[in-house]
Amino acid sequence: MRLVSTFCIGLLFSSGLIVSGMINPEKVLGFLDVFGVWDASLVFVMGGAVAVTSLGYRLLNHQEKPLFAQEFTKPTRTDIDFKLFAGPALFGIGWGLVGLCPGPAFAAVSSSSKTVLLFFTAMLVGMCVARTRWLNSKLEF
Amino acid sequence: MHDFIMALLGGAMIGLAAVLLMATNGSILGISGIASRLMPPLSTDWQWRLAFITGIFAAPPLFSLVMDSKPTIEITSNTSLLVIGGFLVGLGTVIGNGCTSGHGVCGLSRLSIRSLIATGVFMLFAFATVFITRHMLGA
Repeated sequence: MRLVSTFCIGLLFSSGLIVSGMINPEKVLGFLDVFGVWDASLVFVMGGAVAVTSLGYRLLNHQEKPLFAQEFTKPTRTDIDFKLFAGPALFGIGWGLVGLCPGPAFAAVSSSSKTVLLFFTAMLVGMCVARTRWLNSKLEF
Repeated sequence: MHDFIMALLGGAMIGLAAVLLMATNGSILGISGIASRLMPPLSTDWQWRLAFITGIFAAPPLFSLVMDSKPTIEITSNTSLLVIGGFLVGLGTVIGNGCTSGHGVCGLSRLSIRSLIATGVFMLFAFATVFITRHMLGA
């Protein structure tokens, strides 16, 4: 049951990316181009998503445990370290170069071309590199 | 106007997915976290992660089937941009513990300071990158 529901939620999420236009890199770049002919529509994707999530999360505060899992696994970290700036900075540059962030990259790869596949593969390699113990030891201060 | 309504609708669907994943599975909807733990070293709770990612994969073909048209995807054909961009997105989201969904949507909804910082930084660098490539280099 847990796997079926998770699959359906993935489907819903991905459909949201398609409907909103987040799946189209050119549209995302138009949104990121604040000093050009700015396409502001994607502000509403973030706005709509945060509005629904904020409300929903608050409603869940009264729930003791998730429907199909043992417990809620919410992030507990509050420390602000170097990685919290370095990681998003690198991600932002990559996002700005092509217009794909991880969610849309996963959605786009199944429907499309060699170009998306190339980006997707490089992204997975980047994820693996970031998870190596060697890199993590270099980033600790 | 149509674009704005679709954006709001799509955003609400993304938000609903985030709420449902928390309600049923107890987890944050963060793609970089869900996906990266499917790669070595493989996380012990890989089953639901794989189910979720499969759901993401399944939507575009299903959309094509139902709507009788493919989702529009316009992307650069510049190989070096694709490789460098992809690598940085993968590297950066794992180092920073999240991407647009985990930090941007879920984190901001939880009023997390870490996510607020992360989202501010990646938005700023994305704006700057597009400004440099489009208006200074004229690509």
